[in-house]
Amino acid sequence: MAIPKFVTFTSQAVPLNIENIDTDQIIPARFLKAVERKGFGDNLFRDWRFNKTGDKIETFPLNDHRYSGKILIAGKNFGCGSSREHAAWSLFDYGFRVVVSSFFADIFKNNALNNGLLPVQVSESFLQEIFTAIQSSPSTTFTVNLEQQTFTIDSTGHTFSFSIDGYKKECLLNGYDDVDYLVSLKPEIETFENKKNDK
Amino acid sequence: MSKTLFDKVWDAHVVREIEGGRSVLYIDRHYIHEVTSPVAFSGIRNRGLKVFRPQQTTATPDHNVPTLNQHLPIEDEQSRSQVETLIANCKEQGIELFGLNHPKQGIVHVIGPETALTQPGMTIVCGDSHTSTHGAFGAVAFGIGTSEVEMVFASQTILQPKPKTMLIRVEGELGKGVTAKDVVLYIISKISSSGGTGHFIEFGGSAIRSLSMEGRMTVCNMSIECGARGGMIAPDETTFAYLKGREYAPKGKEWDAAVAQWKTLYSDKDAVFDTVYEFDAADIKPMITFGTNPGMGIAIDASIPYSDHLSGSDKVSFEKALQYMGFNSGESMIGKKIDYVFVGSCTNGRIEDFRAFAQAVKGKKKAEGVTVWLVPGSKAVEKQAYEEGIVDILKEAGFEFRQPGCSACLAMNADKVPEGKYCVSTSNRNFEGRQGQGARTLLASPLTAAAAAVTGQITDIREFIK
Repeated sequence: MAIPKFVTFTSQAVPLNIENIDTDQIIPARFLKAVERKGFGDNLFRDWRFNKTGDKIETFPLNDHRYSGKILIAGKNFGCGSSREHAAWSLFDYGFRVVVSSFFADIFKNNALNNGLLPVQVSESFLQEIFTAIQSSPSTTFTVNLEQQTFTIDSTGHTFSFSIDGYKKECLLNGYDDVDYLVSLKPEIETFENKKNDK
Repeated sequence: MSKTLFDKVWDAHVVREIEGGRSVLYIDRHYIHEVTSPVAFSGIRNRGLKVFRPQQTTATPDHNVPTLNQHLPIEDEQSRSQVETLIANCKEQGIELFGLNHPKQGIVHVIGPETALTQPGMTIVCGDSHTSTHGAFGAVAFGIGTSEVEMVFASQTILQPKPKTMLIRVEGELGKGVTAKDVVLYIISKISSSGGTGHFIEFGGSAIRSLSMEGRMTVCNMSIECGARGGMIAPDETTFAYLKGREYAPKGKEWDAAVAQWKTLYSDKDAVFDTVYEFDAADIKPMITFGTNPGMGIAIDASIPYSDHLSGSDKVSFEKALQYMGFNSGESMIGKKIDYVFVGSCTNGRIEDFRAFAQAVKGKKKAEGVTVWLVPGSKAVEKQAYEEGIVDILKEAGFEFRQPGCSACLAMNADKVPEGKYCVSTSNRNFEGRQGQGARTLLASPLTAAAAAVTGQITDIREFIK
């Protein structure tokens, strides 16, 4: 089962300049009761996007008509807390393909990579440059090139070269997923089990 | 070559290393629950696969279950559907399930250790970040996402980058009223909620060694709250004594052989860690959190810090947290009125936690106007609490003892703290809305929870028990 291939794109971005955004904020636990993976985007950042009566909170960046696009820019330590993959699913389902932050929590990063959502880790100063660019012009665009591992602020031409492990990069570019690969290793896994049991 | 405890266990489970620094890691034990497994089951079904090693997976419903009247059908339709889906999936795939009302049901991180399914030297995963709990036994145990649950179903392996290693040593004797929970809240307050990211922690030092297995589990449980992949403690006589005779522990000659092997699980004297922290146990006081991440903890008799030393988004995030909590810098935590108390969760829902709580409230009365949820971590804890007379003490003091589940730790069931209310909670996360929309969580130990439950306000347990 393939994941969607990641292609180079240019898009506006949504700024969310808050640190330590945990996965309970990304998708509150009460929305984890589904047994199928669909519709999670509706409840992305539910309690920051909507008030208790279900009305949009207009000041929240996702509801701010000036901001749009497939890129979310967030403060450091994004995705901390629960391992719920629903966080990555809800971001993807909402339409995001890239999250940019100066620091990601480990489990979230893995979950994102396993779902075709690219976490781009930039320096703290470059992150501030991005926020400043959006602040001066909300319609400013950014270009994400995974092949070259670059994230560019189009208005200034400033580019950040981000790192990603080579295996995951290949998976994202080609839409491969880990399960197919691991299943192909079954004979080797069985040999490993036999050796382990002999010890 | 000298190795750390983590390296010894990890390296023994690497099937192969691949380009880019990832390893195909063999998994000995896989725990599943109703929330993060259904999509993984659908995944292997869609691929035409069966669970590769069903006998190495154990299932229990915990996140969604009610904590009253568990003999009745689950009222919430979606929760019921998730639990029923787990039952059907386990049946189809031949996976052992400890369902509701089964004597071995409970929070997955409580039942694994108490049945000795969790053992030293194992690799253990579960689609839940608090899988780090099992590291208390010298296992490499960590939380995974649903895609990775599917990988384990399909191949009994996952692809993982090897984390860096961190040693956190706590030396000395813990003071009066200071518990394992205070130790770990103190550590997180010092290294921050992201200080452990990219690392696997080994906890050591005399203060850690002196902890019971329950206490060690509390410490390892919360290693994820500083961002670490997991935490672990080298197994010792305390570990072996805990495991001996439990249901799935090796027996007879096999036990002796297992213990001999487990005794090799320690960090070699000259093993090198990527990061080392040392703390003095004497500096640790009973702790409580005042903000919206577990790193925002202070000694209970301290006042809420100011944000003067912060700038930019650090300052904004700090002030946002205080605003959410309805607190101001400079205020004292002691004396603040509280509305709810929750004792339970995979952090502090074990028998020792209820013993401590009961001991502290014995002969006193629950404060009026405070709602208290006492939720055992498992059916076994529940049974033992009745047998030891703990429940009698609790009832006498005006408390109700519930049935096992994750409960108000994440409020997926009916146990929700209302908007704006304050809850002293023995759980692991004080995130916005974690215990219910708009709920305000104050993380603390079962002892501090007990003091709050009978006084109705934040109270220094050291004053309370003198």
